[in-house]
Amino acid sequence: MYNFEFTKPKTIKDAAKALAADGAQALGGGQTLLPTMKQRLAMPETLVSLTEVDGMVGVDSRGTGLTIGGATTHAQVASDAADVYPALAGLAAGIGDPAVRNRGTIGGSLANNDPAACYPAAALASGATITTNKRDIHAVDYFQGMFETALAEDEIITAVQFPIPQAGNYQKFVQPASRFALVGVFVAKTADGVRVAVTGASGSGVYRWTAAETALNSDFSAKAIEGLSDDPSEMITDLHGTAAYRAHLVGVLTRRAVTASR
Amino acid sequence: MAADGGMGHATKRREDVRFLVGRGKYCDDYVPAKTSYCAFARSTVANGKIKSINTKAAAKMPGVVAVFTGDDFVEVGGNPAGWLINSRDGEPMKEPKRPVLAHGKVRHVGDAYAAVIAETREQALDAVEAIEADIQELDAVVNMADALANTKTLVHDEIGTNQCFDWGWIEDNRAATDEAIKNAPHVTTLELVNNRLVPNALEPRCSIGEYDPGTGDYKLTTTSQNPHLTRLLISAFVMGIPENKLTVHAPDVGGGFGSKIYHYGEEALVLAAAKKLNRPVKWTSTRTEAFLSDAHGRDHVTKIELACEKDGTFIAFRTETMANVGAYLSNFSTATPTFLHGTLMAGNYTVPNVYVNVKAVFTNTAPVDAYRGAGRPEATFSLERVIDKAARELGINPIEIRRKNFIKPDQYPYASAAGLEYDSGNYDALMDGLEKLADISGFEARCKESAKNGKLRGLGINSYIEACGIAPSNLVGVLGSRVGLYDAATVRVNATGNISVMVGAHSHGQGHETAFPQIVADMLGVDPMSIEIVHGDTSKIPFGMGTYGSRSLAVCGSAVFRATEKIIAKATLIAAHMMEDKPDNVDFDAGEFSVKGTNKKVSFGEVALKAYIPHDFPLESIEPGLEETAFYDPANFTYPSGAYGCEVEVDPETGKVDICSMVAMDDFGTVVNPLIVTGQVQGGLAQGIGQALLEHGIYDENGQLLSGSFMDYAMPRADDLPNLVVDHSHATTCTHNPIGAKGCGEAGAIGSPPTVVNAVVDALQRGGFDVEHIDMPVSPARVWAAMNE
Ligand SMILES: Cc1cc2nc3c(=O)[nH]c(=O)nc-3n(C[C@H](O)[C@H](O)[C@H](O)COP(=O)(O)OP(=O)(O)OC[C@H]3O[C@@H](n4cnc5c(N)ncnc54)[C@H](O)[C@@H]3O)c2cc1C
Repeated sequence: MYNFEFTKPKTIKDAAKALAADGAQALGGGQTLLPTMKQRLAMPETLVSLTEVDGMVGVDSRGTGLTIGGATTHAQVASDAADVYPALAGLAAGIGDPAVRNRGTIGGSLANNDPAACYPAAALASGATITTNKRDIHAVDYFQGMFETALAEDEIITAVQFPIPQAGNYQKFVQPASRFALVGVFVAKTADGVRVAVTGASGSGVYRWTAAETALNSDFSAKAIEGLSDDPSEMITDLHGTAAYRAHLVGVLTRRAVTASR
Repeated sequence: MAADGGMGHATKRREDVRFLVGRGKYCDDYVPAKTSYCAFARSTVANGKIKSINTKAAAKMPGVVAVFTGDDFVEVGGNPAGWLINSRDGEPMKEPKRPVLAHGKVRHVGDAYAAVIAETREQALDAVEAIEADIQELDAVVNMADALANTKTLVHDEIGTNQCFDWGWIEDNRAATDEAIKNAPHVTTLELVNNRLVPNALEPRCSIGEYDPGTGDYKLTTTSQNPHLTRLLISAFVMGIPENKLTVHAPDVGGGFGSKIYHYGEEALVLAAAKKLNRPVKWTSTRTEAFLSDAHGRDHVTKIELACEKDGTFIAFRTETMANVGAYLSNFSTATPTFLHGTLMAGNYTVPNVYVNVKAVFTNTAPVDAYRGAGRPEATFSLERVIDKAARELGINPIEIRRKNFIKPDQYPYASAAGLEYDSGNYDALMDGLEKLADISGFEARCKESAKNGKLRGLGINSYIEACGIAPSNLVGVLGSRVGLYDAATVRVNATGNISVMVGAHSHGQGHETAFPQIVADMLGVDPMSIEIVHGDTSKIPFGMGTYGSRSLAVCGSAVFRATEKIIAKATLIAAHMMEDKPDNVDFDAGEFSVKGTNKKVSFGEVALKAYIPHDFPLESIEPGLEETAFYDPANFTYPSGAYGCEVEVDPETGKVDICSMVAMDDFGTVVNPLIVTGQVQGGLAQGIGQALLEHGIYDENGQLLSGSFMDYAMPRADDLPNLVVDHSHATTCTHNPIGAKGCGEAGAIGSPPTVVNAVVDALQRGGFDVEHIDMPVSPARVWAAMNE
């Protein structure tokens, strides 16, 4: 690890100011950033910790949906969202191990947009809005490819708003080593229709499987998509599975998610 | 069973208290005054010509005290292979020099070509980045078949080939085996891969070099399973430091699994640097360095044929294997695929013909050497997979085909067709025990239950035999070992009656501090807690060969036994003197000496005190003191064996395999501490299951390690494992060591990989899939591919 400065601002304004400096980088739970720094693959000059910024931690279910502070840990989402949005809480509870869940944050996960991460699938399927210190970004516009998002360099995810679907479920098939998603499928049945978001499979990150959505819109049952499988041509082949295998898993997991939706 | 806590007692491991509360003292916990820190520049290409290394900028970086390159070590010797293997044509194996730092060429990703010593570790790492190395990348040889076919791209130009040796075992049996296979009524053939594994001990390697300019003494504190072996290699081969000027100390060692047997260049470097700089030099491996530079395990590509009668009687096994040795010969790398593999290719069976051909191949990958089981897992996997396939082809139950060919209890000692003499065993009893404990007869019912849940259930069973207690010097000498493989112990009874036992074996997780005292306590009738084990430090212990090959108890434990016998003999003389009678009239039982037919007695403690206060000793017949040393060199290997069974469920939609049950029925001979033995087997099973389902050290065609971190290298975790049922009650004792123990450290890792794969193939066959074999690791993706081919 290279040397760096460290600051822990208390307000969003101070955090934004600190981040505007050259070489400054936001630090959420550090579960992605710190290992990268330890391997000397990242060398921020200043880390701006967001975990003590006012209003950035917590799960608020008072409105119509669910608003989650950008620095809220996976563990807190797993427990505090369990009643209101069990599919989302279940997803959070399945990320990493207890140490990762007690440190890692939703903002960090969405900012990083790892193509095998879980939260992007929830955000896209739920039709979430990513709130930053500058604007609101709809999930559809937010995810822009592997590790690519609509965020500007110094933009902070302050909160994520999730509309709550009528029914939903997340199915994750783990990559055996990292236990990230080899493929993960989030199914959300909403008033505007069914959304199926797939993570882990595609080289360009999370995406919606529209063919399945169409079929599920007329009949929300596993049967409706029996035999349907997604196109493997854009999918990842690596030592843990071929594109064909991933495409197959997308079908299996979507059916399972539909059956388990509540 | 004598004293409480003596032989056979399930005493909890006393060392675990210190480990569990964080008071273990590992190598990295040692920080001598004025320590400087070392970091290595390692190759990022698999094969490359070093055109120049410019260290000027690095040397000027803050805190840097020295920079070394391969040029600084050209005069120094190479790190040798411990076994000489001759090819079938009589030619000795090819032994290219393995330098301390790469010189001229780098030969695998992670090959160290320069080292920086600085005031802090971070400064050393910063300076490594400032080294300007001009390394011209060359084509890499990675695939073994390509390496053998290709004579243009060489790992070592000076030997003109990528083949280290072409070994035949037993060459004289070759023609008969070929003939038997040609004429056999049935031949089953299987091609398989024994996947490369990265040992991944919890504690990474660490070495600290120290030099005392006043005395000229060196000290190496290092992560080693065998400090004396390391000292011998450094002294006799690499650096020429006289053995009596070099102390090697391995403190607590956090796992090794073989990877810490070997001497590595980093150890020589910190010693040389410590002398040059006149201050301690320390290097601690990162996990990334461990992936790239620790010796890996396995990596065989094999074709095996089993010839048999239609009724399943075995006629011959013929094996052709390519064994990867990586870029350099690590110390045991030539023994592992040969004498620890070929000699086991008769398994537990009365097969008359066995022939094994092994070609060892250099590739631009990390060195490959012994890893828990070392050769024997490879042998067992090949045998027990091809037997399963043969049983299926012949329509014979897999348990029955094995029973039909088992060596029977009245056939011992049994000379196997692969050249070993098995001393004892009872494989039918083990299989009986397995059938009962694993409730094999209830399998069909469980299979139906699984089917109801949409799962394919399979049953895998197999036997294994291993040759361990790696020793007999005379035998290993004939087989090419350049060292003797005895072990040694000194039992020192102190004046106040407590006892120090100095042993040549070195625990890196085996519980020696608990088990060895049980032997001594049992023999002397004293409290085991009054006995301390001293190990790991060449300045304190007798010359022993260390811990690997499941040898600690069978070999070093026997040395402890013999030294304790000598203690009893001497103590008897002293007791006789004290009781004024003839030694022949003195009995010793439960810690007390007595004169036959009288009520005269003295306790062991009183004798100990007398030994050190010999006011009235007959000094011409009894020396003062009570301390004895024994070197023990056994007559043969020991032959643990077992019958393993497991049941799996396969998800036909995803290919995911869940292990539902795993039962290990082992014969380890005499068990000193059943709790430790159970733990050893469970650990071995976890690694065997890891190999079968998860672990894979995989290089791409450019020699980059694709699974070079835990993000891609899948270690077994607790929730990957079923309840591991371990039983060692069906024991036959080893006939040639005084304890009767056979060794248990590797069994789980040897026996279990074929059990798992047999079960998966069984599940798929029952599910109607025509799948004969899946290479390990049997990942969901591979199972799904096999089902959909
Ligand atoms: C062992 C392990 C297992 C894991 N398993 C999974 C898994 O199964 N599924 C899964 O989805 N993830 C998994 N993760 C990743 C984990 O969820 C991380 O917590 C997450 O990816 C990053 O969140 P963080 O808060 O730790 O971010 P950090 O590591 O602190 O930061 C990551 C990036 O996001 C930026 N950032 C952080 N917070 C914000 C913010 N509020 N606004 C803008 N930018 C920000 C940082 O600058 C950095 O670039 C795993 C991680 C580990 C170590």
